[in-house]
Amino acid sequence: MRIKLNLAALKGIHWYEYLLRFLFGGAVTVGTGLLAKKFGPAMGGLFLAFPAIFPAGVTLVQKHECEKKKHRLGIVDHERGRKAAALDARGAAMGSIGLAGFAGSAWLLLTHLGAWSLLAALAAWVALSISAWRISKLRHRFTR
Amino acid sequence: MDLLLRFIVGGTVVVLFAALGDVLKPKSFAGLFAAAPSVAIATLGLAIVGEGTPYAAVEARSMIVGAAAFFFYAYVCTYVMTRYRAAAGRTAITGLLLWSAMSLTGWFLVLR
Repeated sequence: MRIKLNLAALKGIHWYEYLLRFLFGGAVTVGTGLLAKKFGPAMGGLFLAFPAIFPAGVTLVQKHECEKKKHRLGIVDHERGRKAAALDARGAAMGSIGLAGFAGSAWLLLTHLGAWSLLAALAAWVALSISAWRISKLRHRFTR
Repeated sequence: MDLLLRFIVGGTVVVLFAALGDVLKPKSFAGLFAAAPSVAIATLGLAIVGEGTPYAAVEARSMIVGAAAFFFYAYVCTYVMTRYRAAAGRTAITGLLLWSAMSLTGWFLVLR
């Protein structure tokens, strides 16, 4: 399956949906900092992998898929929306493998490379997430 | 001031990753961005500047446990949405309890 960039998709998203994500993302970042201050970095670090975008993301995916079909055919198809949200969630599971890779790389490299280690960790996240996604797609194809 | 900066940096990075996820297809690939290290980049970046790299490294080590909890959380959400036809938002928000429980258990067993 090919990966595509669809910039037109941005038109279907309301500004307040991004505002909601901004507020939630900001709040989680502030909360993580406060937790680290109160309970120490070992506890605060857990929340660096808090699913900050996920609940809003899957809710919007389900809503947009339902609206798309309603707009085209006048049918409200909740099943289609749910399936799209489940696919998004499966992708997030693959992304979390990359997230663990990001954390591991940052942990190992931070004291050696300083801020540059974040770039290396980001590269690890991209490589691991895409590999996990590709393997899951291949597995799905062969077990079908 | 520090909290405001944290809020703006965190919110901005989250929005950037979310927008990237919105324009990519197929859906399962775009889902990768729901697990993007957006909060981590903002927090670790600020921790490096404010508290130094050893402090940030401890946070990064704990994040591995949080990421493992995220994997199970996302998988359980997929299963519940597919198997029980549950609404996405309700499933994802209720599932945060699972993420919290797993993260804290991991912290207690491995990091404490």
